Amino acid sequence: MTRLEPGAALPAQEYAVTRADLVRYAGASGDFNPIHWSERVATHVGLPGVIAHGMYTMALAARAVSTWTDDATVLELGCKFTQPVVVPDDDIGVVVVVAGTVKSVEDGRATLALEVRSGEQKVLGMPRAVVVVDG
Amino acid sequence: MAVDPSIVGRSFPRTRPYPVTEERLRTFAAATGASWEGGPAPATFPIVLAFEAMNAFLEAEQVELRRVVHGEQRFAYERPVVPGDVLTATLSVASLRQIGGNDVIGTRSEVHDERGALVCTASATLVHRGEQ
Repeated sequence: MTRLEPGAALPAQEYAVTRADLVRYAGASGDFNPIHWSERVATHVGLPGVIAHGMYTMALAARAVSTWTDDATVLELGCKFTQPVVVPDDDIGVVVVVAGTVKSVEDGRATLALEVRSGEQKVLGMPRAVVVVDG
Repeated sequence: MAVDPSIVGRSFPRTRPYPVTEERLRTFAAATGASWEGGPAPATFPIVLAFEAMNAFLEAEQVELRRVVHGEQRFAYERPVVPGDVLTATLSVASLRQIGGNDVIGTRSEVHDERGALVCTASATLVHRGEQ
């Protein structure tokens, strides 16, 4: 576990996302919006292609938080979905990178500012988590 | 078709009780490439409840799901979700703005356990894209 001290940089976590992952996530989450599996529908409604569920990307951010904090209890989690994560129709998919910084630690809680990128682009706006810390 | 502004402030019927089983947590975690081996649910798991409430809301308002993109999501947790919980979600519409032909709908789904205690509040902004 990374020590949660104010200013500490949290080691970036990389996750690959493929179309198959999106199909699986649709089933597990109950979000069957076709923009997450149909190129035809996605482009018809003006999207650049099939995009990952925002909640899939947020789940990856939560995975990173879990890794950094040794599964600390999460009190708050939030973000804006500012850029779509376009997932190509191949076996490689797209890589999402989750980095973070400890903003503050006080009153038994740590606030983590995250940075979530796909390629050069930040895909989440102001992703942030507040977790319980011991001591 | 634009969403009727009179929905702001309205609450929708709570979702049917959802039993949180170990199998469901394992499946949800696996769907994001993680593994669940006991303990509390992954942090974003309450979205399963919130989605059920959102789908019912979109259907009631005749909003086409394919025209909706998720704009923002916030969770505030009172306690983690654990296996054995039986949860329901109640959605209310917090705000509606119409910007450039799109409806920006602010929703708030409160997730309660079987004793009626609040477990988590999931606030979502849904962007309903107008016909271009």
